Amino acid sequence: MTTELDLQLRDGWVEAELAEEFPELRLVHAALAATPGRSPRELKERLRGLADRYTGAKVIHMRQDSVPWAYRVFSRQVGIDPDTDRTPVEAIALERLRHGGLKSENLLDDALTVATAETGVPIVALDTTRVEGELGLRVSRPGEGLGEARPLSRSQIVIADEQRPVAIVLGEAAPYAGVTPACRHMTLCALQVKGVPRISVEEALWTAAEWLYTGRSG
Amino acid sequence: MAEVLTGHTGHPLRVPAPADERSARRTLREQVARLETELSELFCSSWPRGPKQLPLDWGVGGRGGPRLLSLAELEELRDELAVRVSEARRALSDRTWLEEQNRRRIEEMLLDPEAHHWEHVSSEDIGEPGCCHWHVRPRWGILGMFLNWWRVVISSGCPLPTA
Repeated sequence: MTTELDLQLRDGWVEAELAEEFPELRLVHAALAATPGRSPRELKERLRGLADRYTGAKVIHMRQDSVPWAYRVFSRQVGIDPDTDRTPVEAIALERLRHGGLKSENLLDDALTVATAETGVPIVALDTTRVEGELGLRVSRPGEGLGEARPLSRSQIVIADEQRPVAIVLGEAAPYAGVTPACRHMTLCALQVKGVPRISVEEALWTAAEWLYTGRSG
Repeated sequence: MAEVLTGHTGHPLRVPAPADERSARRTLREQVARLETELSELFCSSWPRGPKQLPLDWGVGGRGGPRLLSLAELEELRDELAVRVSEARRALSDRTWLEEQNRRRIEEMLLDPEAHHWEHVSSEDIGEPGCCHWHVRPRWGILGMFLNWWRVVISSGCPLPTA
């Protein structure tokens, strides 16, 4: 019998320079005890159910829905072309159209896919034990990178702990902070941008956390 | 009154404050948001037309983001988006005008098939999905051609997939 999930959502810090430019930018994160592994049957079924909801017209018009639209606008404002580097929710929808379904990968990826597809809010997962101190948002400093193979360009917006960047906003996590098969405690981080209600962000984190914690959504 | 209208009130002109770059960037970001919304609306309005009916470049290149863009980069982005929006609006407007003409042609074909021998309009030509087409053909083949008996044949189905 599993105990009830007690998820403490916390607001990360936002560096002053970034907060002045994007006053409504937030990083909401939550830590939980969960291990990566294979997806349970219920999660695979949920993925199939989600895939059935997508139609061509729905995907085309997705960019006008409030939450995907907000991330699209934010992408544009920070120099990402959302038609090339899709926002996570649009990437999921496009994958569904291209492959005729949402392919199950593993518990973590599937849980994040379900949470993002249902709420439109992108989530990144980090290994709690490899994160030092509080998480927040800031711009990269000269010479920083996500490991040696991934240098960061000037003024890149990153999720960082108190020591170093751990993920690129709307992008990938650093190899030294991402979830590995040995991970036992994860931190889920959701980015809130202007136009995205707090409740959507919380729902995204709860959805992902519940799947990861119990293998089924509450 | 003349002084008020001409601005010569006798007081020294106020020297404008140096432009606040942050506020300029905020304004530019708002403009980018507005233009992105317009571009999205135009993109959605263009559906289900494909690149064949509406050959448009929707892309506005990225700037190596996510990062804080400078004033100049934001201006450049805003200008590029504005050009895309204006091109898309013009192309969509031209296309919908053409589709309206095709709709009118269907009406005319239905009203007077004899005046539109062999004319053909497809659902693509009127900006609708599917494989429907309206074709003016003679009734009873060659006999209808000689007797000038014409009708509009409406095909509503997509061709069956071949094995």
